Amino acid sequence: MTDTVKEHRSAAPTQDSPQIVNRDSPDFAALKVVHTRHYVRWIFGALVLFVVLQFLCSLATNDKYGWPVFATYFFAPAILKGIQLTLALTVVSGTIGFILGTLLALARLSKSPILNSVSWSFIWFFRSVPLLVQLLVWYNLGYLYPRLGLGVPFTDNYFWSFDTVTLVSQFAAAVLGLSLNQAAYSAEIIRGGILSVDQGQLEAAAALGLPRHVRVLRIILPQAARAILPNAFNEIIGLIKGTSIVSVIALGELFYVTQVIYNRNQQVIPLLLVSVVWYIIFTTVLSVAQFYVERYFARGALRVVPPTPIQAARAWVNTQWARLDEKPEAPEAATTRIGGNGS
Amino acid sequence: MSIATTQASGTVTAPWTRGLVEIRGVSKIYAGHEVLHDVNLTVRPGEVVAILGPSGSGKSTLLRTINHLESVDRGWVTVDGELIGYEQRGDRLFELKEREILKRRTNVGVVFQNFNLFPHLTAAENIAVAPVALGRLGKSDARELALGLLAKVGLADKPDAYPRQLSGGQQQRVAIARALALQPKVLLFDEPTSALDPELVGEVLDVIRDLAKLGTTLIIVTHEIGFAREVADRIVFIDAGHILEVGPPRAGLRFSAAPTHQRIPGTRALRRVPGHPSTTHPAQQHSQQKLTEIEAHNGN
Repeated sequence: MTDTVKEHRSAAPTQDSPQIVNRDSPDFAALKVVHTRHYVRWIFGALVLFVVLQFLCSLATNDKYGWPVFATYFFAPAILKGIQLTLALTVVSGTIGFILGTLLALARLSKSPILNSVSWSFIWFFRSVPLLVQLLVWYNLGYLYPRLGLGVPFTDNYFWSFDTVTLVSQFAAAVLGLSLNQAAYSAEIIRGGILSVDQGQLEAAAALGLPRHVRVLRIILPQAARAILPNAFNEIIGLIKGTSIVSVIALGELFYVTQVIYNRNQQVIPLLLVSVVWYIIFTTVLSVAQFYVERYFARGALRVVPPTPIQAARAWVNTQWARLDEKPEAPEAATTRIGGNGS
Repeated sequence: MSIATTQASGTVTAPWTRGLVEIRGVSKIYAGHEVLHDVNLTVRPGEVVAILGPSGSGKSTLLRTINHLESVDRGWVTVDGELIGYEQRGDRLFELKEREILKRRTNVGVVFQNFNLFPHLTAAENIAVAPVALGRLGKSDARELALGLLAKVGLADKPDAYPRQLSGGQQQRVAIARALALQPKVLLFDEPTSALDPELVGEVLDVIRDLAKLGTTLIIVTHEIGFAREVADRIVFIDAGHILEVGPPRAGLRFSAAPTHQRIPGTRALRRVPGHPSTTHPAQQHSQQKLTEIEAHNGN
């Protein structure tokens, strides 16, 4: 049976080929194809659709959502100021976190046992202590070390010093906590990315006599980036939402501001919705950015880089447009080619 | 293809005062297993040497010691009298700083079995990256150089292709061009055609054949016996970490000077035979037999 099929296919290109073809078999190509009917799938689809519609409907009809209140506060100056701080915290801690994380990852992969174990201990410690606890400790650093400065080691004689409380403000405590925590996690992500690069790449780079910084920055990290990026964007998205945790040290970022407002006017849900929608906007922007950044680092890794949504949409419109223009073509041409020897 | 003929053709400009490789008493031990045993070999400037041997015989390891990708446990390797990896001061050898090792490494180009092109860089960028990073050329000059080298290996139309868009043979030719970009004194080929489909082997061998005429010292680890015979000035046969024979390609593996080694019964190891005069020798027979085996294998 299978043999016949094989013969049939290979016989297609040339009319006079002496292949054995079963002349008696009907021309299946002329028949209409009826697709499988997935009844269960359709039922569940309908159910899910119903639930989603019900929910969307409730959003509009349930006045406890308080959309008018939502609208008044969405662009309120206090909220915008909170957003500013949230974004500042994310950018600063994210940048410090990833730079420090890269250094930690490189230290962890270095042959020096000291660098290696220091890096390991850092990661171990900052992954072990909950972020919430870390933030409170940094915030209360002034209690442990009232003055920070440069002086004679192991004594209290300072040449130059600061009150800890003025140096480590709320913002600084938040940045310290978030970025050190972030560094510990991103170090492992970056290390994983570096490990995923083929050993032969290192060898080839070494054989070409490339200096260490060129090997790392030009050869290893760009290739590691493909493995690092999905996780890194996860982390950044986690971080932007994670900044809401610094509300415990009374830093006026987005979530803290909404809390303050709803404690005053008791409109809890509408104000929570304000922050929810803003967080959704930020993460959406990041997700879109992720697509383009990943696409950039995919160059060379894929034979053909997938089109951007805009390119895909344009291509789709063009094909539809072209289809409208041309005469509806007889489908026989295609079927004969697939069907067989065209007799 | 002997050097003399090439010289006579007058197309050669490279002076043969460079590219002398000396390997003296090199031993290498991995986890108690001796991969290389007291290997001695001198490769003259401009010479083309093919290293043959069964898998796991230590031929790739030997090649990698030449540019210090692999350190040695005993003995030393020099290129034009310079130790790779170490520097002599008085009666001591000081291990060189990485920067110095890298600098000396640029005298020795390597072409790998798996090409190891940088996949995120185009063909031209792959070639240009080292000259630029080492401060030898500006970006536009390096690009010029890359285009020139690509033309030389028959890929003038592919400068902006990424490695994955090229066939295996094309990738290996880019890799050869990349190794040439630093104008090395010595080029090492580590089984350059082993990862290629049979129909792509020829285009890579053609490029190597051309290089052999240009006067760069070439050391080629290969399984292509026919090619080795055609292109090499000398063939080295290595097995179980020992050099069994060294000789010119035609007579080479059927000719032996006084035999130096004898197989220890029941093992792959060999022991030195002090002043043995016989002309037919187990080691020699062994290499002959291995060669026949490999030829038979390649023929199929």
